[in-house]
Amino acid sequence: MISKADVINLITEKLPNSQVFVENIKGNDHLQVTVIATEFNGLSLVKQHQLVYSALKEELASEAIHALALKTVPTN
Amino acid sequence: MNNLTKEKIQKLIESNPLMVFMKGTKLMPQCGFSNNVVQILNSLGVEFSTFDVLSDFEIREGIKEYSDWPTIPQVYLKGEFLGGSDILIEMYNSGTLKEKIEIELAS
Repeated sequence: MISKADVINLITEKLPNSQVFVENIKGNDHLQVTVIATEFNGLSLVKQHQLVYSALKEELASEAIHALALKTVPTN
Repeated sequence: MNNLTKEKIQKLIESNPLMVFMKGTKLMPQCGFSNNVVQILNSLGVEFSTFDVLSDFEIREGIKEYSDWPTIPQVYLKGEFLGGSDILIEMYNSGTLKEKIEIELAS
């Protein structure tokens, strides 16, 4: 189990120039996460998602986050 | 990941132009995200192969390391990692998915 605030903190620690929005889909381990970040500019979608996943690596591996629907948006 | 697992993954990706690593099968997806990918590819009418990671723990963990991608499903087009469920949905909605698959499979 992980709180929305934890998710936001982990992502903004990795991506300081980002805005993070988290919603629960069903239960606390199913999350819908939207990240807007200047760090995404010029990166492929795969690379953008990899950046976010790397911030949540442990939580995904331990299944503290069981399911994550992710949307990434560059600022440019 | 051991070498045997890596070789197995490489062989699957190289011998299938459009390869999906998923939970369950095309007919019986065992997870909503895997189901999304199957439905999208079905609706495009393209041929694709699937591997059920629930049948093989080594592949299930190995594929995450292989592409530095922590979640299943994973889609590979002509040996290259294309994305997971979110990226496939986004490409499908923007219309770029069909075009990309058709161009890659024709070449």
